[in-house]
This record gives sequence, structure tokens and C-alpha cells, in this order.
Amino acid sequence: MGHTVIEKIVMRNTGEPSVSPGDIKTVKVDRVMIHDIFIPFVVDKFREMGFRKVWDQDKVVLIYDHLVPTSAVEDVRHFKIGDAFVKEQGLSHFHRADGICHQLMPEMGYAKPGNIVFGTDSHTTTYGCVGCFSSGIGYTEMAAVLGTGEMWIRVPETIKVVINGKLPKGVYAKDVILRLIGDLRADGATYKVLEFSGSTIEEMSVSSRMTISNMAIEAGAKAALFAPDEKTCAYSGVKMEDVNWLYADEDAGYCRVMEYEAQEFVPVLACPSQVDNIHDVSEFAGTKLDQVFIGSCTNGRLEDLAAAAEVLKGKKVAPYVKLIVTPASRSIYQEAVKAGYIRILAEAGAIITHPGCGLCCGRACGILTDGERVLATNNRNFLGRMGTSKVEIFLGSPATAAASAAAGVIAAAE
Amino acid sequence: MTQFTGKVWLLGDDIDTDIIIPTEYLALPGVEDMKKYAFSPLRQELAGEIKEGDIIVAGKNFGCGSSREQAPEIIKHLGVRCVIAKSFARIFFRNAINNGLLLIENQELRDHVAEGDVITVTMGEKIQAGGREYPIASLPENLMDILNAGGLVKAMQARNGV
Repeated sequence: MGHTVIEKIVMRNTGEPSVSPGDIKTVKVDRVMIHDIFIPFVVDKFREMGFRKVWDQDKVVLIYDHLVPTSAVEDVRHFKIGDAFVKEQGLSHFHRADGICHQLMPEMGYAKPGNIVFGTDSHTTTYGCVGCFSSGIGYTEMAAVLGTGEMWIRVPETIKVVINGKLPKGVYAKDVILRLIGDLRADGATYKVLEFSGSTIEEMSVSSRMTISNMAIEAGAKAALFAPDEKTCAYSGVKMEDVNWLYADEDAGYCRVMEYEAQEFVPVLACPSQVDNIHDVSEFAGTKLDQVFIGSCTNGRLEDLAAAAEVLKGKKVAPYVKLIVTPASRSIYQEAVKAGYIRILAEAGAIITHPGCGLCCGRACGILTDGERVLATNNRNFLGRMGTSKVEIFLGSPATAAASAAAGVIAAAE
Repeated sequence: MTQFTGKVWLLGDDIDTDIIIPTEYLALPGVEDMKKYAFSPLRQELAGEIKEGDIIVAGKNFGCGSSREQAPEIIKHLGVRCVIAKSFARIFFRNAINNGLLLIENQELRDHVAEGDVITVTMGEKIQAGGREYPIASLPENLMDILNAGGLVKAMQARNGV
């Protein structure tokens, strides 16, 4: 029998001629990403375990994003410990204020097709957008990887998701992944890999694929994989002939196949307070909003800001709504300035913030209180995620968010 | 054969890591400072009421959401002896084992017990509750090795001769 994309990555890594779902394998880790909020814990555990040097300085990336810029005095401790660790270990892949970790890892080429990468944040699944097997782990596990360069995994089963055809106007990758999470439910892909294919997927930009792989964890997935194509190679700076081994065989074994026609998709929302509580935007049209958030590692890329700017060009945000826009990285921010999107959004009345995780993880830049309602483009609407537990969080696409900001109520983009 | 008895705290499906410990408390110096906020978005009083040796019984997908390892660490620090759920999210599962927190998967128990019930667990064998027995499976060997070592830190210390 043939092999799925994840099986091929594990086979290549371990040098084994064949692996099957359920096998326990020790893999050599190609890169790790550690983010600010967990740095003190990783460093503590690393020392407690008796390690002195990381296994390979070139393979370690430290990124400050959840606490950038700081919003509490205690936050500074994380940077002090991180800075000291970077110096002590002689690390060079280190970003103090360049953007959100999951944007930077593929953008800077730290996570490439065929790699195996682990990160301390659950949305590490994002790098599957370029055919990288990447997944989130805890800080104790990260400390062990830093010391050994190895990690045990159980080879996961794969769910094949096939989408064919052209998406209707006003429907984006965000609507696709939300619908899929609604169909799978929050635990439907637990310990499994989602493998995407079909003409709709081929048409998608790497950025759109990133929105999908980013949110795969919301269905419990261990990874979400897109086999690399020309777009991937251009994005990741690799040659097609170097990654042409990375595809699913015709006779690969899947635990489930989900097939969709692109025309079936409509703009949707994840409604309070679970990501799998999916409804059509039209069902909630007219619901009054206090705040709208466009940004995050899910939807803070240039195409997302372009979609928002297109909707808001020449319009104003409703007077009682705060629109917060957070580009996913510094380079995206700069490109959006050059393209004029930031000017359009600012003129519409948006609050533009520096790239970071602040509002999405409920720490800064727009925390809400009891009875308030927000429509956001990020990946989680859990109870208490953006403030108190009596805040209602709806998740949708940047176009839906922009149209709703202008209307002051939930509205689909025209 | 390890056997223990504990009082049940009953929780629902999809208890996510933001419920177990909200992000706003993650920059507190340590889990001892954080633990009083455990489960606060859902049940503010719960962290103060859990006693050493109690058992959490929950529905499906317990621990879904973020990779924050404080989630299982805090549950352990609250004195919870084990968590029995219909299913667990992947990252939480690994984090719990790495911290030596015992997790047991059981499909039926959640729907048959009430909060405050006292139940008995015999490791790798069964749960006894309300006159009924629920068989439980043992964990894979590599996970039992980590649990038996007392968690991943201790396993690595043994490797490094610390």
C-alpha cells in the first residue's frame, strides 16, 4: 500500500522504508520554535533535566510575540530570561519584535517542505501550509527536545480533505476551515492529520493555506498538510526537484475522506463559545457589535488586509465600534503600508497595532468586558479568551469582519 | 497493583485550556500562584474546593486548545489524583503524562456518576463506581516508562546522570 504525506515525511526522517499509523517512532527534529510566554518554563526544565547545551544552535528559534509590547511589569521577566538564554547558548535565530511566531516560521524559511518542526504553541500546525510536519508541544517536552534533538511520535492516521471547484465570491479560506471544523467537531481530528488536495486548494495562495493549517488544531489535528507545489517552492525558496518526493500516493490509506464542492461554501461564523459552533453569517446578520478584530496568525496577512481594505475603502467604521487591525509580521505591515491598505484602514477609523498576539490571546490591545460582543478573525472564541467570560466572541473572515465593522452589526461583505 | 479512592468533580465536554487556566494568569511566576484561578471562567469556586486525592470526571476532548503545560501541572498541584474523561486532546495528553498526571479514558463513567460520588480506581484494570465496574486499558509501554520514572524531567535526569 502507498503512503500519505505524513507517512512519507516520517519515512524520510527516520530512513525507514515504510511506516504505518500507530507505529511509535523517534524522529530527528529539524527545527524548534519557543515563544516568549513559555521561555522561562522551558529554560527551567532544560536545566532541571541536567542539560547544558542545546543540541544544535542553528535549529533553535526564539520568538517574542505574546508579550510584545509588554502590558504588565511581570512580562519583562520573560524577555530577560530569553535574552540571557540566547546569549548563553549562542543562538542567532531570535526575533524580539518582528511578528507572530507562526507567521515568521514559514516566512523566514525556518520551516520548510518535508521538515519536522515542533513549537511551544498549539497553532504550530500552521507550517503544514508548506508541507512541513509541525505540531505543538508543552515546555517539558520542548526542554527534552532542546537537549536531545529527538522526539517520539505516534504515526498518525490521515483524513483526506478534497475540495474541487471555484469558491463563490466573498467566500475565503477562513470560511472553508470553519465549515470543516463544524463538520469534524472540536475533537474530530484528534491525533490525526488533515491532508488537503483538490483544485480549490491548488488555486489557493500559500497565505490562504496557512489560514487553514493554522486552525486545524481546533478540530484536534496533530498536523494539517498541503503537499508542496510551485507556489510553495517560490514561497519557501526551495526547488521543486528537491521536494518532488513529498506527495500522497494514489493508493495511500486514509481513515476518512471528506469531499466538498467549492460552490457549497458560504460565509460562516464560529459562534460563542466554541470553534465548532458554526453558523451562516446570514443567521446572525444585524447582531450589534462593540468591537471588530482583524489580524492574528490566522488572518493577519497581506491578502487579509487587502480584503478588509477593499471592503472599507471610502467607508467609516460605525461610531460605537472599535476596529483593531494587527498585521501578522513586520514585513507584512511594511508591505501593507506600501500597498496603501493601512492608509485606507486608518482613514476608515481603524486602530492599527504592532504585530503580536495581544488581543487574540486575551492579554492586551482591546480586552473586553461583561456583555460586550466582538467579531474577530483569529482562531479561538473560547470562554474568557478576550476578556471576561461574559464576552461573546464570533470568528469570521477578514471580509466579514470589515463589512461588520462598517455596519456596526454582523454583516456579510457585499 | 495501585488502587485509590476519591471524590468526583464533574465537568462537561470540550473543557479547554483557557478554562483550565486563562491566558491572563500565565505570566504569574509559578503554578502555585496560578492554581487558584483554575477553571475560573467556568466555575470560579472550584479551585478552592478541590481537595487532595479528588478525581475529575469529564466528557469528551478534555484539555483541548492551547499547548500550555500549566493546565495539567495546575490540576496536579490542586491535588487531583487523576482525570477520567471520555477522550483527551493530544497536546494535553502528552503534557499530562510528561508531568506524571494520570489520565484515564472511559466512555461511560461520565454519564453514570454524580458530583460528590466516591469512586475507586485500580490502575490498568478498572474503575468501581455506584456498584458498577468499568474496565480501563493500560497505557503504551513508552508512556508507562515516563509515568513510572515520575515524569519526563526525571526520565531525562536519569539519562543525564543527574
